[in-house]
Amino acid sequence: MSTVLILFYFLAAITLATAFLTIYSRNPIHSAIYLVICFFSIAGHYLLLNSQFLAIVHIIVYSGAIMILFLFTIMLMNLNKEDEVHKPRIKRFGAIIVFCSLCAILVTIFFNSKPVSDISDSTGEDYQSIKALGKVMLDGESGYMIPFEFVSILLLVAMIGTVLLSKKEKLEK
Amino acid sequence: MNSILSQVGIDNYIFLAVILFCIGVFGVLYRRNAIIVFMSIEIMLNAVNLLFVAFSTYHQDAQGQVFVFFSMAVAAAEVAVGLAILVSVFRNLGSIDVANLKNLKG
Repeated sequence: MSTVLILFYFLAAITLATAFLTIYSRNPIHSAIYLVICFFSIAGHYLLLNSQFLAIVHIIVYSGAIMILFLFTIMLMNLNKEDEVHKPRIKRFGAIIVFCSLCAILVTIFFNSKPVSDISDSTGEDYQSIKALGKVMLDGESGYMIPFEFVSILLLVAMIGTVLLSKKEKLEK
Repeated sequence: MNSILSQVGIDNYIFLAVILFCIGVFGVLYRRNAIIVFMSIEIMLNAVNLLFVAFSTYHQDAQGQVFVFFSMAVAAAEVAVGLAILVSVFRNLGSIDVANLKNLKG
């Protein structure tokens, strides 16, 4: 077993265990903390795949911005107590059955499928540094410049919508 | 450059992403707390992103990573709007139990 493989299995174990604990733990604050660990381990996977830009962006966006939003919402609603009622037992049992069968089906499908081409030899070409990614993303003719602009519009609309939704309604006179 | 996939193998990444996605589905079905349901949706999005990056490395093509960038932006917008909706639900109903959200039932 090479070092990289051991590192991969270690990160994968952390990812799966914390993802499961996120769902399993009763306290929403604990769920949020476990989710942060899960996101950091996924950033570790990105680093292992040598895509530094996405690892940094993932840490900033997910572990930073999104988790702060979650934690603020949990604190705003004062949910840090463990008083959630369980779903009825039949629904929980159904959820477990769906989980097991979905896992079995998907793993079987991908276990029986073979990759189309074997791993091609590395050409040594730089394709995932920030420079190369920026060329693909912001190229006018063949790149993704127009979707990039639409993403900025989407974020603006989401910001306005969030402000409107969470504003307290004034009493009508 | 490509040594990581020759050592780990694309299969392992596929299985990891599949199991992570199934855990997300399980969380949506299992919990009643709407915030945990949102966290499960984030886990599912992350599973798909991980597979995108793995295949981007497999094909040595940057376009997969650009897609991950866009899906991160969409996920950020989705979480912001969703949590705002949850806050206003909590103001009106006093809880965020998804079982209470049946006022639209005909």
